[in-house]
Amino acid sequence: MKRMLTVLAATTMLAMPAKAEDIKLGVLLGFTGPLESLAPDIAAGAELAIKEVSDSGALLDGSTVTAVRGDSTCVDAGAATASAERLVSSDKVNAIVGAMCSGATTAVLQNVALANGVVMISPSATSPALSTIEDNGLFFRTAPSDARQGEVLADILSDKGVKEAALTYTNNDYGKGLADSIKSAFEAKGGKITISAAHEDGKGDYGAEVASLASAGGEVLIVVGYLDQGGKGIIQGALDAGAFDTFVLPDGMIGDSLAEAIGPDLDGSYGERPGTDSNGADLFAKEIEAAGGKVGPYGAEAYDAAALIMLAMQAAGSSESAKLKEKVTDVANAPGEKILPGELAKGLKLIAEGKDIDYVGASDVEMIGPGESAGKFREIKIEGGKIVTVGYR
Amino acid sequence: MENLLNAFILLVNYIVIPATAYGCQLAIGALGATLIFAVLRFSNFAHGELMSFGAMITVLATWALQSAGISIAPLSTALLALPVGIIGAVAMTLLTDRWVYRYYRRQRSHNVIFMIVSIGVMFFMAGLIRFIIGPDDQNFDDGVRFLINAREFRQWTGLEEGLAIRSSQAITLVITIICVAALFWFLERTRTGKSMRAFADNEDLALLSGINPERVVAIAWIIAAALATIAGTLYGMDKSYKPFVFQQLLLPIFASAIVGGFGSPIGAVAGGFIIAFSEVIVTYAYKKFFTYILPEQLAPDGLLQLLATEYKFAVSFIILVLVLLIKPTGIFGGRSS
Repeated sequence: MKRMLTVLAATTMLAMPAKAEDIKLGVLLGFTGPLESLAPDIAAGAELAIKEVSDSGALLDGSTVTAVRGDSTCVDAGAATASAERLVSSDKVNAIVGAMCSGATTAVLQNVALANGVVMISPSATSPALSTIEDNGLFFRTAPSDARQGEVLADILSDKGVKEAALTYTNNDYGKGLADSIKSAFEAKGGKITISAAHEDGKGDYGAEVASLASAGGEVLIVVGYLDQGGKGIIQGALDAGAFDTFVLPDGMIGDSLAEAIGPDLDGSYGERPGTDSNGADLFAKEIEAAGGKVGPYGAEAYDAAALIMLAMQAAGSSESAKLKEKVTDVANAPGEKILPGELAKGLKLIAEGKDIDYVGASDVEMIGPGESAGKFREIKIEGGKIVTVGYR
Repeated sequence: MENLLNAFILLVNYIVIPATAYGCQLAIGALGATLIFAVLRFSNFAHGELMSFGAMITVLATWALQSAGISIAPLSTALLALPVGIIGAVAMTLLTDRWVYRYYRRQRSHNVIFMIVSIGVMFFMAGLIRFIIGPDDQNFDDGVRFLINAREFRQWTGLEEGLAIRSSQAITLVITIICVAALFWFLERTRTGKSMRAFADNEDLALLSGINPERVVAIAWIIAAALATIAGTLYGMDKSYKPFVFQQLLLPIFASAIVGGFGSPIGAVAGGFIIAFSEVIVTYAYKKFFTYILPEQLAPDGLLQLLATEYKFAVSFIILVLVLLIKPTGIFGGRSS
């Protein structure tokens, strides 16, 4: 009898509708520190999504959501950890949008999120190291890893049937990081990078650099640089010496001024840059401006990070991190109805009706591999001195 | 046989031609620096900026000519504008001498003070250039770009390797030969040239024999400014005019002058070519060259590069240090600096 009662009680509890609650989301960004000028716009993006959901009353039977800000700084891992600790233990947030910089994100993830089982979605940490970090499925990001561009470029190269390529990069963190990721992605596909040589920006003469690139050989030359700096000098030098005819150009090299400066010899070169054909970004821009904010770097990604957390809560039927972490990838990816910025209430209702959604959001989110955005890249080629879009990847 | 030809063309295209053009530019630059050292007895740190200043005036004059529709096609308009640049640079040096250096000469200041003063002049000129033309690249070469184009060369000869000779490289060589010949004729044959050499050899004796020091100094500045403008303009035509790369050129220029023997004109020319060829030879990757000349099974895998190209300027530094350690007077026995 007693056992029957327990079972009865348990089943009634299961059948009982979830009670409306006051959900808290941490917004952990570098409000002080070297990137403090970016943080307010990023926070505004996250808070816009939170307000949209909270006002709609569609989340978990009319639960309200409030944002609690925390300062992750950008360089001080200790301060970031302490701030996250406060959000989790004192403010009792259900999940965290953040952190902002890759270093702070790693520290918070390892010291706070893992220990307390709290989901973190970073809108702006792009370090490739975060792809392989131990996260118990708690960490996601809506910004693509820096390594993604290398993979996309390697895909383009192997689609064109390129087997061997020479590579030169501008001698800084951006150049070196991207060059390394192109090299490893291309070699994983069976291609060969014959040389990976640095060049300095702002020099008059790139003859020596071009000579060693030419000696190493390759069907194309990948130029990871800046279009009105060393990158242009390298291309001009390579064309002058007859070393290479085709150039592969990542984001820093793509702009109309390059085609203008080099002229018709650049025709036939190709490359890619981040870009999307979805109108999510425009919708987000309109919304954030209507709310009195402005579009800044990673604002769209922050909106998406907050939206994904709340949609995943709805899908999991619970505001607990342990449950919602299973659903983030589901709501972000196909199949299902596409959800754009401003349509969060619609998305929540569809989920409540048991339907699938494919959250597109402001930054065209598509979760891959270890829970990070694939990012969208626009493949281009140079034709008749103009940059022509070939497609999106 | 074809492989040997390919290997030969490869070296000509990537080593001989670029190093010759670069060597010419260094040689003219070093001649100017060495002349000032011989006559005024200090290392003019403003020489790089003087090259930039002269080239800047030439660029401005080129634009004026271009907008007036005057050209000497297929040659570059800049050659026509060169005299204007030279006049501008000469005016600049004579004014700085009148307002800055003359004071210290009257004070009979130590050469180290002159050198420090020239650093001040360098900063002033850099500021002036930034003020007038800005820090960006300027493209002003409108002549025919190539004498021999790599793609066409390949089609003519059927060889795998291309050979490219830019017209600016050929012009550089021709103008360098003319300048060096004219300068040596001036120093060896004319009365003024001889008085300059006398003044450089022994100032007191020259004064006693009635040589006017102010005149010698003025002529030294005029020649140095002319050479600097020519070197700067040639460098700008060959690459593109970047106002502030000339500061980086100062090291190889001084290295050239010191290797040859500071104060010795012939040494400056030789030094220019030594520095240019060593920079290019040491940083060139010989992989392709050996792939051509060696049998297939011995073809190298590595790049066979002695020094990465980032360390190009280190080569002039090393040569400079070696010369100062082993033979401080330089190969042609100038004065030890």
